Amino acid sequence: MAITEKPTTQETHELEERWEDAPGIPGFFNTVDHKRIGMRYIYTAFAFFFIAGALALVMRVQLAQPNAGVLSPESYNEFFTMHGTTMIFLFNTPVLAGFGNYLVPLMLGSRDMAFPRLNAFSYWIFLLAGLFLFSSFLVGHPPNGGWFAYTPLTSKPYSSGINIDFWGLGVVFIGISTTVGAINFIVSIFKLRAPGMTLNRMPIFVWSMLVFSFMVIFSVPAVTVAAGLLELDRLFGTAFYSVGGGGSVLLYQHLFWFWGHPEVYILFIPATGMVSMIIPVFSRRPLAGYLWIATALVTVGFISFGVWVHHMFATGMPALALSFFSAVSLIITLPSGVQFFAWIATMWKGVVRFSTAMLFAIGFLLIFLLGGITGVMVAILPFDWQVTDSYFVVAHFHYVLNGAVVFPIFGALYFWLPKMTGRMLDERLGKISFWTMFVGFNVAFFPMHILGFLGMPRRIYTYDSGLGWDGLNLLISIASFVFAAGTLMTLYNFVRSQFRGAPAPPNPWDADSLEWSTSSPPPEYNFAAMPVVTGRHPLWDPHPAAVETTGDGAPIRALGVAGALDKEMPVSEGMDARPQDVLGIPSPTYLPFVTAVGVGLLFVGLLVEATLIGAVGVLIGASAIVRWLWRTSENLT
Amino acid sequence: MSRWARARIVAVAIAVGVVVASCGGGGHSMFDAKASEADRIASVWWLMFGLATAVYVVVAGFIIHAATRGRRKRASTSRLNETKFIWIGGVIVPMVILAILAVVTVDTTSALRNASPHELHIDVAGELWWWQVRYPGTGVVTANEIHVPRGTPIDLHLTSDNVIHSFWVPQLAGKMDTIPGQPNDLRFTADTVGRYLGRCAEFCGLQHAHMGIEVVVDSPADFGRWLARRRRVPLEPASEEAAAGQLVFQREACAGCHTIRGTDASGTVGPDLTDVGSRARLGADTLLNTPENMRAWIRDAQSFKSGIAMPPFRSLSTRDVDALASYLESLR
Repeated sequence: MAITEKPTTQETHELEERWEDAPGIPGFFNTVDHKRIGMRYIYTAFAFFFIAGALALVMRVQLAQPNAGVLSPESYNEFFTMHGTTMIFLFNTPVLAGFGNYLVPLMLGSRDMAFPRLNAFSYWIFLLAGLFLFSSFLVGHPPNGGWFAYTPLTSKPYSSGINIDFWGLGVVFIGISTTVGAINFIVSIFKLRAPGMTLNRMPIFVWSMLVFSFMVIFSVPAVTVAAGLLELDRLFGTAFYSVGGGGSVLLYQHLFWFWGHPEVYILFIPATGMVSMIIPVFSRRPLAGYLWIATALVTVGFISFGVWVHHMFATGMPALALSFFSAVSLIITLPSGVQFFAWIATMWKGVVRFSTAMLFAIGFLLIFLLGGITGVMVAILPFDWQVTDSYFVVAHFHYVLNGAVVFPIFGALYFWLPKMTGRMLDERLGKISFWTMFVGFNVAFFPMHILGFLGMPRRIYTYDSGLGWDGLNLLISIASFVFAAGTLMTLYNFVRSQFRGAPAPPNPWDADSLEWSTSSPPPEYNFAAMPVVTGRHPLWDPHPAAVETTGDGAPIRALGVAGALDKEMPVSEGMDARPQDVLGIPSPTYLPFVTAVGVGLLFVGLLVEATLIGAVGVLIGASAIVRWLWRTSENLT
Repeated sequence: MSRWARARIVAVAIAVGVVVASCGGGGHSMFDAKASEADRIASVWWLMFGLATAVYVVVAGFIIHAATRGRRKRASTSRLNETKFIWIGGVIVPMVILAILAVVTVDTTSALRNASPHELHIDVAGELWWWQVRYPGTGVVTANEIHVPRGTPIDLHLTSDNVIHSFWVPQLAGKMDTIPGQPNDLRFTADTVGRYLGRCAEFCGLQHAHMGIEVVVDSPADFGRWLARRRRVPLEPASEEAAAGQLVFQREACAGCHTIRGTDASGTVGPDLTDVGSRARLGADTLLNTPENMRAWIRDAQSFKSGIAMPPFRSLSTRDVDALASYLESLR
């Protein structure tokens, strides 16, 4: 049955019947709806965000005064290790995957990700890997070797406890989730674009998720190998990193940073993608330099694989090799410069409306500008020899990873949460939250540059007075609480909106991309009629013969597809997205959850060195995968 | 919204002021350079700082202007040429700045890495969590305090047989890691007599925070005297109390871990104590070296620096501790 016009009540009713998840607990465990999974990603990631933030605050209390005794050296080392590990692996990466999960199919005009069950699987792996890492607190042995876990400090002779194993296995564990998610994004973006959505009509956020995914696929294997070899050394007595056994200590660092530096851009690129969506909407004009920005994203993706050694400038490598990496680290500035001026041009030629989301975007620009400049500084070899592993670097990467990633994510919350939950957030409270965060952030992190100049190294649990560090550290600690208060205001704003927020219309910001053409929140099937795209800005471009794609959405052009009422979505081919086929969307299933539990048991078995648990895990996981791949008449459709 | 612009300018001005003030006045600032290497790096910084300030002010100005323009002249359309704007701002100007920085980088790097034929070699090993210092060819071994002559090119030969550490004395030079299986060299030529504090910069475990190092730059004559004094085998204890302390040292576990040249004590777990009385600090800059601190350290070093190899000696009598401290303080 084809719908090319506004669906009738009868049709809407039929759609809902076919698409609805089971209610209650079964529906919770067997859903494959990308929107529910995306929300879960975001909620779970934010839970980890607040936990990791709390760890940071305790550390700041410890560092507020010289020779304080709030945390023992053991605890301090555990806290900073888990703060970094959590922020990178359990907040930043998954929260972006969550936004991607929710938004990419909607922006593409599709009804789900290409592999909905795989999508559910990657979420369950993320959740279980997070619980795996945090269960280390329950047994009193959290990882304590730093989020980077350099050998030989993390080798068995120097870290005999189970602490490091939680980290090493946890990193391999969560890598499964990230990789599987990336494959899903790539296939979805290439195959599920609405008819007419050529590559150069894709929203920039989709571009950024595409680059994100390719980078994940090429970089995550390196960290999996780094941590995997570390665990082989620790659990099975190999000597990959043991000098005495013929191994190499620096091999670990090369492997780790071959992932670690692209990872910075993996986090940063989708954040810029969000900014590229927000700025044009609130400047009320199309993004300036669309092709420039898309090209810049791809370029950064490539170049970021050639800069990893700039984390290793003080390891005594030959000057010629170091100079090469120094030069590449300078060159990578150019694509970011291009993006920057494209954003400025967009605002310049538009009329800016200072919504909360836009404030976060502008705050991002001002913060990232500084983080980018200090990034150039640390690429300068001799200067890096002074500041590497000092508080200058702590300041630099918090400007980039907290300022230039968390600020866009908060902007994205104010921008897209109304779409996701159907409730508007309070703009006034949002602006107060922004200013509190902005001031707290800068007062907390700017002085860290100076502490670096004054010789304060990273990762020290305490310091003596009389080194000139006392006043700045106290200031930083106070400001860190101000920043935290700002983030809590947004949390409160969100909770409040669920009870007292105004209902969100389909397109509250008068935005241009397809997710705004459907109701807020979107129905399970996203679009009743399949949108057809004729330009870069489907909701801004004038449409002949436009129809409403759902009951109360904005009118866009739509395509009649056989089976529009069924649990199916169209597949397109080629660069210009010609309609090609129809893909069935699987029914709710427990298989992803069961497979993830099997994988989890395997890792628990490795952790406690219990073969039986591991074997049971492999058995459960393998059977679930066999069942999953078994072609039945049901999942063939 | 010009209020914004003004607030931002004030904020930048304050930030610049703070940076400049801290760089001028700080006791251990890397810009208060006392060696040619730190000095060269400091001049690279001031060049970058100038460029960075200019870039930040101009680009932030653009941002504020672009964001607030619509409020000021809602009706007028901008004649800004997007492509030119992005080309010039995002590509051409950054390329010029980066080219300047690249030339400076290559130039400075080669200057800092060049070996000089008349270097003084000193072996420095990172331990858990202290520094062992040897003067090759002299038999002199000490810990956590490196004496160097002013004006002589120094080559610190950095090694580790445990985990990775990083040697950093900000007023003298940048960092260099001590890596198991890969010895590294750090070179500098100090130009001002004085004491310069530094610390381990690579996370090395539990007491990474208490792994300080002090480099003492002496005049060439003072350095000669300092080294000559250490090449002589220590004399017999000068006082009765010190002699009693030496007996305690031999009797208790001390000698199993520490070396005192000229005596039977030849342990290698902890720092060499042959000249411990002359050092300014105890426990790799955990405490100042005063008689009182020495006694407290002997009784319970763990309470100051938990997790180190040295056990507490709480059962020692006050007299024994006093004697031991007096003996150790006499070793200069």
